[in-house]
Amino acid sequence: MDISSLDSGPIWLTLQLASVTVMILLAIGTPMAWWLAHTRSKMRVGMEAVVALPLVLPPTVLGFYLLILLGPNGWIGGPVKALTGAPLSFTFTGLVFASTLYSLPFVVQPLQSNFESIGSTPMETAESLGASRWDAFFSVILPLSRRGYLTATVLGFAHTLGEFGVVLMVGGNIPEKTKVISIEIYDRVEVLEYTQAHILSAGLLLFSFIILLTVYSINKKLPVHVS
Amino acid sequence: MNAFKKNPRITASLLLTFLLLQAPGALADELRVAVASNFLLSVKELSREFEKTTAHKVVVISASTGKLFAQIKQGAPFDVLLAADSLRPELLEKEGIGVPGSRFTYAVGRLALWSADTTLFLKNDLQVLNQKNFRYLAIANPKTAPYGKAAEQVLRKKGFWDQLQTRMVRGENISQTFQFLVTGNADIGFIALSQLKRNQKQLKGYSWAVPSEWHDPIRQQAILLKRAKTNKAAQEFLNFLKSDRVQKIIESYGYSPL
Repeated sequence: MDISSLDSGPIWLTLQLASVTVMILLAIGTPMAWWLAHTRSKMRVGMEAVVALPLVLPPTVLGFYLLILLGPNGWIGGPVKALTGAPLSFTFTGLVFASTLYSLPFVVQPLQSNFESIGSTPMETAESLGASRWDAFFSVILPLSRRGYLTATVLGFAHTLGEFGVVLMVGGNIPEKTKVISIEIYDRVEVLEYTQAHILSAGLLLFSFIILLTVYSINKKLPVHVS
Repeated sequence: MNAFKKNPRITASLLLTFLLLQAPGALADELRVAVASNFLLSVKELSREFEKTTAHKVVVISASTGKLFAQIKQGAPFDVLLAADSLRPELLEKEGIGVPGSRFTYAVGRLALWSADTTLFLKNDLQVLNQKNFRYLAIANPKTAPYGKAAEQVLRKKGFWDQLQTRMVRGENISQTFQFLVTGNADIGFIALSQLKRNQKQLKGYSWAVPSEWHDPIRQQAILLKRAKTNKAAQEFLNFLKSDRVQKIIESYGYSPL
């Protein structure tokens, strides 16, 4: 069978999607995880439950709501369309938005437990020695959190690679824009192009295994910090 | 096993439940119909009538024709396939998975162009596609869905295929294509005329039945699958579909006469 008919577009697109999503998730996940780890607010349990929702919801629930929200008449798609002329459904940006929601717990939860294990003592000590909050975070907390960040990054990335149901529902299967590997595999299986499906599937399997293996072996070497 | 010995009541009630579950099967046959998405609602309605007159039970499974075909090839436990094309039933017959000679056309599909936005259409033709004031054209995936293939043929024939590439979204089957349109995510799209007819009451918007000579006929064929060779219900169901009375009903759903 023809291997050259295998198009690298979906592979690059998927890697791009996973990278952008993880970067956004680290940026918004850090303050969220920090807050969850330190707050005494009553809203904490509620927030924790919200963050964990994508773990238990079927992707179709998320996909269905997103299809409506991101569309031209939706709460998000509507204003976006008014601003940019196009709604978010069927766009790469829309997929990034969907993936960010979908992979949120995979980034927030490791960071949160990491921050919890560090406790508030190192931050307080640094502040008492005159460091600003930002300075204390970047020069004390971050280096102590390498393990948490590594886990969060890898899990967020790998989980976005494996996203399927949500993308199927809001992506529209557009080459170069929303056709990710998982959709490509689905299509190939459906038209009985098993050779291509095998190559992509085995590739994804191997790739996912290797990054998980890497993270677990690095994690073993990194020190754990418990105050 | 000890629990059963100690408690004969549990054993008895389990046995009774088991027998009760078996009971309907003893009176009538069950029949699994795998149906292409465009015919799903039609077949559900027809099955209800079939069940009333025969006491058989019809279980309906729906997906795109391509997916059903792949599943059947991998041994899916279906008795009858109602495809949206003739290609897959032919292949099944050739490969010995379908019963030879059982294949027939049960409906001829019509393609329709539809938009919820009534201002888009100026006249009854494809010229609407020249306009810049729509963002997405939805079609079913031409690789897997026969209605998508027909849409591709129409767009190629009329010279729109290349120019609309970046504005085209593909539903994995004709139902998802319809769903993109109904939710307003796509502005205009090619769907099955039968889907429109069926939802006429709730749907506003503008539709136009694409002339059927602009694409290869969408001959939707049925075939009896090998595992159901001796399933009486399956044979009766196919005869029911062939009958003049049911053919008239199918036509009223938005299909062309055979």
